[in-house]
Amino acid sequence: MDATSGGGAYGPIPRKEDARFIRGQGTFVDDICLPGMLYGAVLRSPLAHARIVSVDAAAAAAHPKVMAVLTGEDLAERALAWMPTLSGDVQAVLATDKVRFQGQEVAFVVATDRYAARDALELIAVDYEPLPPLIDARTALDPGAPLVRDDLPGQNGNKVFDWAAGDREATDAAFSAADVVVSCDMVYPRSHPAPLETCGIVADMNPVSGKLTLWVTSQAPHAHRTLYAMVTGVPEHKIRIVSPDLGGGFGAKVPLYPGYLCAIVGSMVTGRPVKWMEDRSENLMSTAFARDYHMHGEIAATADGKILGLRARVLADHGAFNATAQPTRFPAGFFHIFTGSYDVPAAFCEVTGVFTNKAPGGVAYSCSFRVTEAVYLVERLTDMLARQLAIDPAELRMRNLLKPEQFPYTCATGWQYDSGDYPRALRLALDIAGYAELRREQAQRRARGEYMGIGLSFFTEGVGAGPRSQMDILGLAMADGADLRVHPTGKAVLGISVQTQGQGHETTFAQIVAHELGLSPDDVEVVHGDTDRTPFGLGTYGSRSTPVSGAAAVVAARKVRERARLVAAAMLEVAADDLEWLDGKWRVRGDPDQARGIAEIAMAAHSTLDLPDGVEAHLDASAVYTPPNLTYPFGAYICVTDVDPGTGEVKVRRFIAVDDCGVRINPMIVEGQVHRGIADGIGIALMQAIVFDESGNCLGGSFMDYLLPTSMECPSPELGATVTPSPHHPIGAKGIGESATVGSPAAVVNSVVDALAPFGVVHADMPLTPAAVWRAIQGRPIRPDLALS
Amino acid sequence: MQVPAQVEYEKATSVQHALALLARYGPEAKVLAGGHSLIPMMKLRLAQPEVLVDINGLTDLCFIDRVADELRIGTLTRHAQLLESELAGEHFAILHDAERVIADPIVRNWGTVGGSLCQADPSEDLSAAFAAMKGTMVIEGPGGSREVSARAFHTGPYETVVGPSELLTEIRLPIRPGHQRGGSAYLKVARRAGDWPVGAAGAAVWLTDGIVADVGIGLTAVGARHFVAAEAEEFLLGRPADEENLARAGEIAAEHCRPVTDQRGPADYKRHLVRELTARVLRAALSRAGGLAGRPS
Amino acid sequence: MKLTLTVNGTEYARTIEPRLLLIHFLRDELGLTGSHWGCDTSNCGACVVWLDETPVKSCTVLAAMTDGRRVTTVEGLARNGVLDPVQEGFSACHGLQCGFCTPGMMMTARWLLDRNPNPTAAEVREAISGQICRCTGYENIVRSVLWAAGNDGNDGNEGNDGNDGSDDDGRD
Ligand SMILES: Cc1cc2nc3c(=O)[nH]c(=O)nc-3n(C[C@H](O)[C@H](O)[C@H](O)COP(=O)(O)OP(=O)(O)OC[C@H]3O[C@@H](n4cnc5c(N)ncnc54)[C@H](O)[C@@H]3O)c2cc1C
Ligand code: FES
Ligand code: FES
Repeated sequence: MDATSGGGAYGPIPRKEDARFIRGQGTFVDDICLPGMLYGAVLRSPLAHARIVSVDAAAAAAHPKVMAVLTGEDLAERALAWMPTLSGDVQAVLATDKVRFQGQEVAFVVATDRYAARDALELIAVDYEPLPPLIDARTALDPGAPLVRDDLPGQNGNKVFDWAAGDREATDAAFSAADVVVSCDMVYPRSHPAPLETCGIVADMNPVSGKLTLWVTSQAPHAHRTLYAMVTGVPEHKIRIVSPDLGGGFGAKVPLYPGYLCAIVGSMVTGRPVKWMEDRSENLMSTAFARDYHMHGEIAATADGKILGLRARVLADHGAFNATAQPTRFPAGFFHIFTGSYDVPAAFCEVTGVFTNKAPGGVAYSCSFRVTEAVYLVERLTDMLARQLAIDPAELRMRNLLKPEQFPYTCATGWQYDSGDYPRALRLALDIAGYAELRREQAQRRARGEYMGIGLSFFTEGVGAGPRSQMDILGLAMADGADLRVHPTGKAVLGISVQTQGQGHETTFAQIVAHELGLSPDDVEVVHGDTDRTPFGLGTYGSRSTPVSGAAAVVAARKVRERARLVAAAMLEVAADDLEWLDGKWRVRGDPDQARGIAEIAMAAHSTLDLPDGVEAHLDASAVYTPPNLTYPFGAYICVTDVDPGTGEVKVRRFIAVDDCGVRINPMIVEGQVHRGIADGIGIALMQAIVFDESGNCLGGSFMDYLLPTSMECPSPELGATVTPSPHHPIGAKGIGESATVGSPAAVVNSVVDALAPFGVVHADMPLTPAAVWRAIQGRPIRPDLALS
Repeated sequence: MQVPAQVEYEKATSVQHALALLARYGPEAKVLAGGHSLIPMMKLRLAQPEVLVDINGLTDLCFIDRVADELRIGTLTRHAQLLESELAGEHFAILHDAERVIADPIVRNWGTVGGSLCQADPSEDLSAAFAAMKGTMVIEGPGGSREVSARAFHTGPYETVVGPSELLTEIRLPIRPGHQRGGSAYLKVARRAGDWPVGAAGAAVWLTDGIVADVGIGLTAVGARHFVAAEAEEFLLGRPADEENLARAGEIAAEHCRPVTDQRGPADYKRHLVRELTARVLRAALSRAGGLAGRPS
Repeated sequence: MKLTLTVNGTEYARTIEPRLLLIHFLRDELGLTGSHWGCDTSNCGACVVWLDETPVKSCTVLAAMTDGRRVTTVEGLARNGVLDPVQEGFSACHGLQCGFCTPGMMMTARWLLDRNPNPTAAEVREAISGQICRCTGYENIVRSVLWAAGNDGNDGNEGNDGNDGSDDDGRD
């Protein structure tokens, strides 16, 4: 790769950020140690639903190492006992009236070390009056169900919202006209993204300057700054958020959590920096869960397998507070993209959100705002339809996939798919898999009593939120800024508003700028995560970094390049129109050796060179990018499993993934993202689930109970790529961060169900643990959202 | 942050010293071996001992030796050492089978064989393996040493016969004379690598002319008394080791265990696993012993 | 109680509470923040360091238990400023994303290669099976370790340029 020629900076180069991590020199929040720093710990409710009679913190306050204790009442005095959620609801910071889920925050202790803070929690006496908990979402709307949100004026049931998309009548008509209708109830169980680093903060309120500095696990530092300003009353310019190295996020670090606010108040009260780090059980029991969709899906088709319509009815468990993080106008996220990758003439879905006595959250696990649930629904239904019609599932998909010439395509629920060649991607996946041979092997094995499954899924996501006319979070439009400074020697610093959690922004964004300016990626330093040093923007989630912030970087770089053209024209004493950008330099048309590169131009721009009227000196530029549309990455996945019906054990033998995320800036990083998502899919399909017993005890509160896949369950993925550029993105890139998490669970489940076909199994809910598989074979399936009984 | 409560710490320098410390501090003291059960419990504050007696310095309790017709395993032997021991594997394949699926390689580096047995978790793998092998535990106390059968060692969940001022020092396994054809194996179903068992079975079988001369069947995580499938063993004794009898043994084992429903699986599934794994593990042990009756070996 | 131990070749003497976990001793007392903490139940392996010659989960060992012993952490992996091939392999093969699991993974990898210089992919997977990575799906970690196996013994200055470009945001 010739990194200095324009167009040459893309490619699989090693990451710049690795240098510090492989030496153990990353700086994660818990690595930050300030002089005089104190440690906070949260006391949490052991009960899912109870009235708080009293909180007695006197003994804890008397502990010699304790510097402060905060209760709900203390916060209420500062009007901070409640905070706004990202979905327009409120959430208790420290409970004052009731606790509404197990693990809810009740008190906060600030002590001189972690161990003492933990000890002091045991000295707080809370008198609870237990209330009947609402655990089964399916009973939330029953008359007489316990009322979770008696704090909300006018709320007299547990409904959060009703929401619908699509054309009900047209869809009903399509179903009436269909030869075949297949329907299924399926649960997408509650899961948790569980980044390896939990959430935490070091809050430092400087009483002299009035400046509040927060080192915090945040995927969206700028949006958080605005929120903290609104919540605490500290003026926004006096708040600096530093999101240092993050040990993964996957959505878990998008919301504001009560612990953050407690640490801030702790620092205000003590005048010293306060660190709070969640332990793992706090993380799993109280921070952003994901999914928890109870879905009824129906698919209608002709006898030869042409899909005519899709219908879905969803019950969405939102927990005790509606704290999902998604664009305001979409309470069910982008679930209504549930027609998936197929040409479906009519579709209609309705979603009802309910409160229950469970942790709040909802959109927080690489789900592209609920596209995950949508893809799972349509891909399961497609497989069931194939079974019903005795058409091979690959063939049925091929018959219904959108054709390349249909793009741009507006689907039945209104999404405008930007570009794609779906059949090509599916064909490539089938080739890599050796699909026909696999089917032959499957038949032979079945004859021997061995159960092998082949599962397909095809997904399309809409990522890169989002268009100003449609999308905002708490009134903030979803745009991102980029700030590019080119120093006199031609070295550049790019400030961005998004925040890496491992996706390699420091490398990819350097490549983007280098590519536009004919620099080497080594010449571009990327600054992110620090609100005092970077421009405003909404942050990294929903695979929006490259589609939105990446585009902002391109636009800023192109502004630099255009100014450089004027400066180069002055340097070469030619008209700007006589210059063309070629191989990373401005060159005189017809005399390409007469050329100036960015480094020379930068020096000239900072020098005393006489510049034409109206041309500013220096080469710095900034940009704000508001996407005109989402980008629509897609892919075809195939999962091969071996199932032992005697024990119910599932072994994922192979996983084939063909992804199309448009132009790949760093294919190595792209493939790494896909690898991760496949592991997610295997975990979610086979083992990850947050389950509650009837008292509301969270049964997934540790890594012993909330199982994450290890190296032994994850196969070596076989990847393929097609490239269909996005027509509206300045470099044709689409998002990739969530693709495989969105697309892979359906492939795994389809594979297991395929393996179990000889037993007459048509569907089994995730997670497909050995017990769940065995029970599915027995025809007595396990309900995955409640404790086993 | 889950961290242990305050505790005193004593480092034992010999078995006698350890016993003296235990005697001095009484029942509020706890032996600290690898700590891979005790420390997690202390972090969750499910265990709050007042004093820890660290026996990790007692390297003379870390051994795997053959003495006459016994394999002797010191209590402080790390899981990894047992897994790597050729001597243990040569005579007791079951131990390698089991160790390979206990926790993970890093936990196995530090967790000890004796600690596993003393922890007496109802899902402990080695408890079933040693029960199948009909081992003997050697316990040192203020009054000297005593021996207890592996099958009488556990008195209930998290309870053993080891008293508060006693120390398990070694486990002894009888090595049968070479003319008895024997084999052993261990099979475990877990939800994921490194997870505790949903159910597991270990078996050791000795054959004389295709007839079961002796058999041990250990079960864990399924509510089997003393980790043993005694009724299934009784059934097999003196019978031909054929498929039909193995299947029947599995059924008998399943009838007599008392699994409970938890998130690892519902009781009916666990009972089924007992049936399935018992038959399978007997088959595996027999194939190591030289084959099933009625089949070429 | 008084604790004396050697960490990465340097001897330290400190007075500690007996309940102090090794991971917190290393991070909070010695400022060696390369080893991480990720769970309450000894499942994740973010905290893996060597105790004498073997990797252990330092969240499940009391600092007191290391008295008189040697501890090696990720900060001790490079020798005299020369990266260990394992470190280079992780960079060369994109074996890390967020980098949180990486120190523990590398400590286990080095141990594996010392005992088994030419492991198969399956053996690498088995060795790291007690450690969770949420980012890589493990495949590139396996490739990284195999890369290191192929480059062990070289002085190894391929891959990463060895420049420490960390931006020390907020570090004291
Ligand atoms: C992540 C993880 C996964 C695990 N998975 C499994 C698994 O799948 N299967 C399985 O069987 N085990 C599993 N274990 C448990 C592990 O095998 C044992 O818990 C561990 O090795 C216990 O040994 P230890 O030396 O650490 O015991 P310790 O924790 O030191 O001690 C355990 C108990 O035994 C007592 N004790 C220890 N030694 C003696 C002695 N010599 N005399 C008297 N009392 C003594 C202690 O006082 C304590 O009460 C797992 C552990 C972890 C951390
Ligand atoms: S912190 Fe998770 S195993 Fe040590
Ligand atoms: S790289 Fe993030 S956890 Fe492994």
